Amino acid sequence: MSVSQPWSAERALSIVAEHAHQRGALLPILHALQETFGCIDEEAIPLLAGALNLSRADVHGVVSFYHDFRRTRPGHHTIKVCRAEACQAMGADALLDHVRRRLTVDLHGTTADGVFTVEPVFCLGNCALSPAVMIDGTLHGRVGPERFDALTADLRNQTQTGDAR
Amino acid sequence: MSGHLITVYVPRDAAALSVGADAVAIAIRAEASHRGLPVRIVRNGSRGMLWLEPLVEVATDAGRVAYGAVTPADVPSLFDAGFLTGGAHPLGHGLTEEIPYFKNQERLTFARCGVIDPLSVEDYRAHGGFRGLENALAMTPAEIVAVVTDSGLRGRGGAGFPTGIKWNTVLNATAAEKFICCNADEGDSGTFADRMIIEGDPFCLIEGMTIAALAVGATAGFVYMRSEYPHATETLRHAIRLAYDEGWLGDDIHGTDRTFHLEVRVGAGAYICGEETAMLESLEGKRGMVRAKPPLPALEGLFGKPTVVNNVLSLCAVPIILDRGAAYYRDFGVGRSRGTLPFQLAGNIRRGGIVEKAFGVTLHDLLYEYGGGTISGRPIRAVQVGGPLGAYLPPEQFALPKDYEAFAAQGAMLGHGGIVVFDDTVNMARQARFAMEFCAIESCGKCTPCRIGSTRGVEVIDKIIAGCDVDDNLALLDDLCEVMVDGSLCAMGGMTPYPVRSAVKHFPADFRPAPGSRAGDAS
Repeated sequence: MSVSQPWSAERALSIVAEHAHQRGALLPILHALQETFGCIDEEAIPLLAGALNLSRADVHGVVSFYHDFRRTRPGHHTIKVCRAEACQAMGADALLDHVRRRLTVDLHGTTADGVFTVEPVFCLGNCALSPAVMIDGTLHGRVGPERFDALTADLRNQTQTGDAR
Repeated sequence: MSGHLITVYVPRDAAALSVGADAVAIAIRAEASHRGLPVRIVRNGSRGMLWLEPLVEVATDAGRVAYGAVTPADVPSLFDAGFLTGGAHPLGHGLTEEIPYFKNQERLTFARCGVIDPLSVEDYRAHGGFRGLENALAMTPAEIVAVVTDSGLRGRGGAGFPTGIKWNTVLNATAAEKFICCNADEGDSGTFADRMIIEGDPFCLIEGMTIAALAVGATAGFVYMRSEYPHATETLRHAIRLAYDEGWLGDDIHGTDRTFHLEVRVGAGAYICGEETAMLESLEGKRGMVRAKPPLPALEGLFGKPTVVNNVLSLCAVPIILDRGAAYYRDFGVGRSRGTLPFQLAGNIRRGGIVEKAFGVTLHDLLYEYGGGTISGRPIRAVQVGGPLGAYLPPEQFALPKDYEAFAAQGAMLGHGGIVVFDDTVNMARQARFAMEFCAIESCGKCTPCRIGSTRGVEVIDKIIAGCDVDDNLALLDDLCEVMVDGSLCAMGGMTPYPVRSAVKHFPADFRPAPGSRAGDAS
C-alpha cells in the first residue's frame, strides 16, 4: 500500500543529496522520488535538471521513457496484471476483461474511490504459475477471476476500515 | 522424536510465495509449537518444480522428503501422518531428488538452488561455493579467460556469443577503469531462471561476477534488475551486504589485494533495457535508447569504458567452470553448444518449472516427458521458444534438438531457454498481432523499421484478421517483416518478425477467416 507524502522541494533535494555519490544517479533518484511522493511531480523536472546539471528536456525525456514513472498519484493499491504470452496461454486476456468490469476501471486508470490503480505489465517472472498478478509488490500466481475477487475484496475492506479510523 | 531438531524447508522463492508459501511456513511453525515438536524452518529457494509449490521438504536420514503442493489446511494432516519422519501422505512425493522430473536433470548452474539457505554464506560454502573464486584468485587474468574460453560457454541471454572471447576483448582493452555489468532484465515472457537463481542462490551470481572482474581487471560491477522483481532485488541486495561483511566483496577480497565493488540498479519497466546497449544507457541514467555497434561495449561500454555485459545465467555458470575445470563443463552438450541450459517450461503446461539439461535435449522430451503436456488437457498446438521475439513452432518441429545451431537453421532461436506452451484454443493471428503490438509499445524509437514498422504491422494484421484483401496484405506483411529484419538496429525490431512469420507459415488457416464469416468478405 502506498502512503505518499505531498510534494516538498526540500524533501526532494535531500533525496537527491542521498544519491549524489552514485554515478548515473537519475534512475535511482526517480525511483526514490516516486516511492516518497507517489509520482514524479511536475516540479521535480526543473529541480532535478538544476541539481544534476541536465536540461529539463533531458529529465523529461527519461521520466517519459520508462513505463514505471507516473505523473499522477496512484490509488492506495497498485495492481499489475501480466498480459504477456505465458499468461495469455492461461487466460490473461479474459482476466484483464474481468478486472476492468469488476473494478470499473480502464487499464492504467484508478478506480473512482481511489482504492485501486490497474497497470498492465509484460511478465512478472511467474510464467509456470500463470496468470500472474502483482499487488503492491506482492506476487500472486494462478489468479483466475475468483481468486482476483478474493484478493481485491480483502484489500478494499482493509482500506475502507483504515479510512474510517 | 522430541529433542531431536528436525529441519523443514519451505521455499521463499517468489513463485512459491505467489501460491502461499509464507502461510504454509506460518502454519507449520504454529502446528509444531502446538504439538511441542522441535522444528527448524529453513526458507530455501525453489527446486524448480513449480507445479508442486509450495513444496515442503523434511530432512530425514534417507534424504530430503517432498510434500506438495501444500496449503495451510493440509498442515495438521501432514503432522498426523508423521511427515517430520518422512511419513506417507497423499501429498507426498518421496525423496525430492528421486522425483523423475528432478532426477533426470543435469544441474550444474542450479545445483544449489532450492537446496541451501540462499542467505547463508556458510551453507553456500558447505555446498562448494566460492571454490571457483578461490581458484581464480590464484590465477592470472589470462588464465581465467582461457578456462572460460575452453569451457565453450556461450552467452545465455539469447545471442550465444562465446563468453571467453568477450572477456578477452575487455582484458586486452587498455583503460583506467573497466566494468562488469550483469543483465538481469529478464523481460521475456516464459523466462524466470534469472529470478529463481538470484532468489535461490544469489552468492553464485556474486561469485561469477567477481571472477569476471578478476579476469578482465574490472573493479566495479552493476546488476541491472527489473523493477518487476522486487523480491529478487531485495534478496540480492541482502546477499551483497553479507558478501561484503565476510570479505568476498570490496577491497582486499579475502585477504588478497584484489578489489571488486558490486551494486544493484533497478530498471523502470522498459523491455528494451534487456538489450545490452540500452541497458548501459539506462545504467548511466538516460533513456534506454539502443546504441549503434560498433563500438562494442567490450571496448566502449558503461560510461565509455570497456565493459563485460553478461546475462545472469552466463555469470552463474562461471563458478562451477572455475571450480571443476573447463573440460567438466564442456563435456555436457552437443556440437558448438556446450554445457547446460536451464530450460523454463511455462504457460499452459501441466508440470511447469526449470529443467536444466545439456544442450541437445529435444523439445518433445521437454514438453511431454518433463512437462506432461498441457494443464488444460487439450493438445499442444504451438510453443513459443525464446521469448516475445522467438518463433512459434508447431508439433511437427518438436523433434528439434535444443542447440543454438539447430534452432538457427529453422529460423528460430533458443533465446534465454523459455518455452511457452499454448493449447489448441490459441488463435495464431492474434498472437502475431500481439508480437507487433508488443514491439510498438516497447520499441525505443531510435530506428524507423522498429518504431514505425511495428505499428504498421498491427494495422496490416488487423486487416488480415478482418478478411480484407488477405493475399495482398499477407504479401505486404511479409515485405514489412523483411524491412524490419534487415533494417532494424537491434533484435527488438529485427526479431519481432520471427513470431509473426512463423505464425503465418505454420498456422496459415488462422489468417484466413472462414468464408462469409466476416463483413470484409465481398461475397
